Amino acid sequence: MVTATALEAELLELAGAVPDPELPVLTLQELGVLRAVHVHGTDTVEVDLTPTYTGCPALETMSLDIQRVLRAHGMREVTVRTVLTPAWSTDDITAEGRRKLREFGIAPPRAAAAGPVPLTLGPTRTHAPESGPGSEPVRCPHCGSADTELLSRFSSTACKALRRCLACREPFDHFKEL
Amino acid sequence: MTATGPATVPVTAALALGDDALVLSHRLGEWAGHAPALEEEVALANIALDLLGQARVLLSLAGDEDELAFLREERAFRNLQLVEQPNGDFAHTIARQLYFSVYQQLLHTELAAGDGPFAPLAAKAVKEVAYHRDHAEQWTLRLGDGTETSRERMQQACDALWRFTGEMFQPVEGLDADWPSLEARWLEYIGDVLGRATLTVPEGPRTGAWSAGAGREGVHTESFGRMLAEMQHLHRSHPGAAW
Repeated sequence: MVTATALEAELLELAGAVPDPELPVLTLQELGVLRAVHVHGTDTVEVDLTPTYTGCPALETMSLDIQRVLRAHGMREVTVRTVLTPAWSTDDITAEGRRKLREFGIAPPRAAAAGPVPLTLGPTRTHAPESGPGSEPVRCPHCGSADTELLSRFSSTACKALRRCLACREPFDHFKEL
Repeated sequence: MTATGPATVPVTAALALGDDALVLSHRLGEWAGHAPALEEEVALANIALDLLGQARVLLSLAGDEDELAFLREERAFRNLQLVEQPNGDFAHTIARQLYFSVYQQLLHTELAAGDGPFAPLAAKAVKEVAYHRDHAEQWTLRLGDGTETSRERMQQACDALWRFTGEMFQPVEGLDADWPSLEARWLEYIGDVLGRATLTVPEGPRTGAWSAGAGREGVHTESFGRMLAEMQHLHRSHPGAAW
């Protein structure tokens, strides 16, 4: 069992180093979607993966990438299981993952927020101060300004919203709190 | 996609919830290339994608997801008649989103709190649906409390779809929910949103003997057959084809 545990830890690290197919600056470990690795016998392995959003189309690519990496490491049979419980949350993204997102130009999710931040709409755009209790502003990943506005709740992928910085005028993606 | 779940799943309930998500996902997908603004194009497609993900998990609990989606006849679908209604103008789509996403959020919150076979999916769905509801709600406020034309069209849309909202609260076999309480909370929530949007809560009946109230039993409205024909024809034309 001691060797199996060591092997599992090694495989978990290998699978965790696989880059996210849609956000290649993040690894699966930093994204927090890799739940566990179970080794049966010497070369059969079962990996538990959780989706960010239920319909995340990157899940299948993640599975294939994990299988490829673990097979290259001598595993004969690699099964990737989709687990839904406990539900993934943006709080599962590691601190290092958040730093990388910001560096990549994506505003990282704020901590421990549940669901959408209540907003009020103006007549044309969705610019409104988000001063609800406990909500911190979404900062521009380029210049750091807290003066940013929402352009669309949904952006290039289901997990992001589209915003614009009112200080440097750059548009940017914001990883929505989930 | 494989999803782990308890061995015994009430098939009727899995089909009801899965078909709701699948059919609405397809309807929203029809907006691709037609939405009023690029941001809305992306928003509606992302909502459709969330629903498709939920549908895949739910239908996989009931059987083979592809067979269920592409090879069933119209009468075998268990979705609400509300979700199969044509997109109409943008106001109709938003009214349909408002009615359905509030229902879905209330129902999934209740399912997620229990320990039934749908709890894991419901716990994920409820977080996704919160954004769908917020999207529909903000649009309802903007269109309702907007120009004279936008207000009139939003009101027409709310009125037109009202008669499909009663069916949502008919108990579904295998779903452990407090239906009368869900309905009361739904009415309260919708009344509040419409009120803030300066719209009037429709007064007509919420079910009709001839048109509404039977999607869960496999009886659908006229446009549903045409939607299914489009959704299924590729799969049926090339049986067993794979990418």
